[in-house]
Amino acid sequence: MDGVTPLITRLPALEVDWQTLLTVTLPLLLLVIIGVPLALAAYIVGAEMLVKRLPKRAQPSVRPWIWVGPAIFFVAVILVYPMLGTVWTSLLDRNGTSFVGLGNFTRLLTDGGILIVLRNNLLWLILYPGLVLLFGLLMAVLSDRVKYEKPIKSLIFMPMAISFVAMAVIWQFVYYYRPSDVPQTGILNAILVNIFHGQPQTWIQDTRFNNFALIFIGVWGATGFAMVILSAALKGIPGELLEAARVDGANELTVFRRIILPLMMPTIVVVGTTMVIFALKAFDVVYVMTAGNYNTDILARRMYAELYKAGNHANASALAVILLLAVVPVLIFNLRQFRAVESRR
Amino acid sequence: MGRLTRLLAAMAILVLGVTACGTSNTAGGKIGGTVHILGTWTGAEKDSFDAVMKPFTDQTGIKISFEATRDLDAILQTKIAAGNPPDVTGAPGIGTLIKLVKAGKIPTLEDKLDMSALNANYGADWINLGKIDGKLYTLYAWAALKGLVWYDPKAFQAKGYQVPKTWDDLMTLQGKIKSDGGKPWCVALESEAASGWPGSDWVKEIVLSQSGGDVYDKWWQGKQKWTSTEIKSAWQTWGKVLGTGDSNVYGGSQYMVATKFGDGGQGLFTSPPKCYMFNQGSFITSFFDAYTPKPAAGTDYAVFPLPDVSSSNAGAHVVAGDAFVLTKDTPQARALLKYLATADAQDIWVKRGGGKIAINKKVSLSDYPDAISKSLAQVVVDTKIARYDAGDLMPSDMRDAYWSGILKFVQNQGQLDTILADLDKKQATAYAGS
Repeated sequence: MDGVTPLITRLPALEVDWQTLLTVTLPLLLLVIIGVPLALAAYIVGAEMLVKRLPKRAQPSVRPWIWVGPAIFFVAVILVYPMLGTVWTSLLDRNGTSFVGLGNFTRLLTDGGILIVLRNNLLWLILYPGLVLLFGLLMAVLSDRVKYEKPIKSLIFMPMAISFVAMAVIWQFVYYYRPSDVPQTGILNAILVNIFHGQPQTWIQDTRFNNFALIFIGVWGATGFAMVILSAALKGIPGELLEAARVDGANELTVFRRIILPLMMPTIVVVGTTMVIFALKAFDVVYVMTAGNYNTDILARRMYAELYKAGNHANASALAVILLLAVVPVLIFNLRQFRAVESRR
Repeated sequence: MGRLTRLLAAMAILVLGVTACGTSNTAGGKIGGTVHILGTWTGAEKDSFDAVMKPFTDQTGIKISFEATRDLDAILQTKIAAGNPPDVTGAPGIGTLIKLVKAGKIPTLEDKLDMSALNANYGADWINLGKIDGKLYTLYAWAALKGLVWYDPKAFQAKGYQVPKTWDDLMTLQGKIKSDGGKPWCVALESEAASGWPGSDWVKEIVLSQSGGDVYDKWWQGKQKWTSTEIKSAWQTWGKVLGTGDSNVYGGSQYMVATKFGDGGQGLFTSPPKCYMFNQGSFITSFFDAYTPKPAAGTDYAVFPLPDVSSSNAGAHVVAGDAFVLTKDTPQARALLKYLATADAQDIWVKRGGGKIAINKKVSLSDYPDAISKSLAQVVVDTKIARYDAGDLMPSDMRDAYWSGILKFVQNQGQLDTILADLDKKQATAYAGS
């Protein structure tokens, strides 16, 4: 732009946009900025006034529902309604026109490919939270006993700042493969070849270990998170307890097993739950590294492919429902575990 | 003009600037405004695209707002579904575009371009490639040629190898290279979410050259089964190129699946060469340019088109190109498409190299920067049977399954029947939605 004058000449053409601005954009903006808080305030004040008119005895049983109401409403609209919609779509054909019952599911489940997908999800579900907790706990407990705790913890926490996609790019270099007749540039193959005198491996493509290679990327990224939270819990354990145990003749392993671990259990459950959710959401690493090839596909990526690549809403919804059904037992287990810990307090 | 007026004007611009796009004003012959383009170019290709756009912006005053993605099918469909389409989309594949045209989301170009100029400047094949159900929807601005075998002429000379003229010559040559203790081929298939596509190029080139254009068309249209003799024999012919257990390929299947397609040519330039031939599209020279040391066109590498598999389909070539469509009909977008069809626009990219070949016939052969790109442009001129990349014409889930099939095939050629049966299963569902 070379000056203000040519822009002025363009102003009349903008009149149309004035109209959209005044009739659509501005009212919408006002509605959001003023309307939403106003509506909420009106709801609370109005509801409270209505409750006051009820007989005194009925008031305590009605009031909680007034307060919980909006939350229930939003959960219903944002979670329950789409979920039911997804279940419904999974029972229709791919154009969403006719009802096919469980046809989508039988077709998906009899297709050999999906069994590998389910197996991979199971691997993620077990190994990812398991290894994150193991390494996180190990790091938290061990770093607690050294002087240079802070730098060590900062280093391990650092990957948390990176997105999954960036992690995948970094690990492509770690797993990089070159044939055995040229020098290795990927660190893993370089170690394998130069120190252990082995053959270089295609870590991402070889079906014997590629799933573990992918899961490990995720573990690397989340260990720091687990470590920091577990370490905080560890530091919350009163020193007198540990000392008392040691005075009574307990060795370090017993102290860890009988005192530290039970006291940390609530935190471990919380971290574990988060990791299970991360594992189920896993998508980026597989999408970037293998696009689901070489037997590494997982439900979330397959769902993406069905929805965006194939435009097949029926299959995508059916996969979402399968994922949901797979999550439910885990959720129930987690809730039970959580309640058990709560009641032990 | 007073300072206050200026300030007010500037403020008005600030407020309105955001909504200014999409409107037109022909003050001083310039249209002005902005055109939003969705494409796939990054790096050197994006620089070339910017160079092509510069005179356009200078002439029309239309600014370019460009968004690049490697996952164009998904992004474009999401944007359109959200009611927020780009004005112009430059897509490397048209499978998704066909779907969108059929859903009425993309307008025809017939009443928006200067058709008589287009007919005069474009070969009929190239206009036909842009037609869907008999109407023009997509415009090609430049082409890339597939099925090209790159080799190091010095290495060929040292061993006394001749450039093969026929398919039999090629088979004899690869036998000779092997008996001399070398590896005939380098093949590199890794391309992140699109891994496998370089192998799919091999197969589609063989299908076209072995069984002809009709089979090829029926195949991408989903009317020719993957398990049919014609398609299966194309895979088997490729299997003979790879050799039993990929023995004709440097590094075997491990190297093929783990190596980025752009790095696949590195083996040509080592001493002694890791391999003697590398099949890849004309665009690969831009990757060669990034190698260290940088190989020189003509002296370090030269090219010959993959010989005809069957003489009855002589001169058959698979071509590819970026297909431009109007995803939102604005005056700026129309102006851009008109500009892209001109020799002036195509000349800019061609001169910058990178393996692009102009489609507008007015671009002269002397504008190509080196002997190799000139010879490629000549191949395009001599092409008798031109077909667009079959994979890019298929629905995107069919294409993805095709690519995955390639990866499975190179890891175990014995699986061919299972792979083709799986692809048939995919074919039965993939075309239902399009």
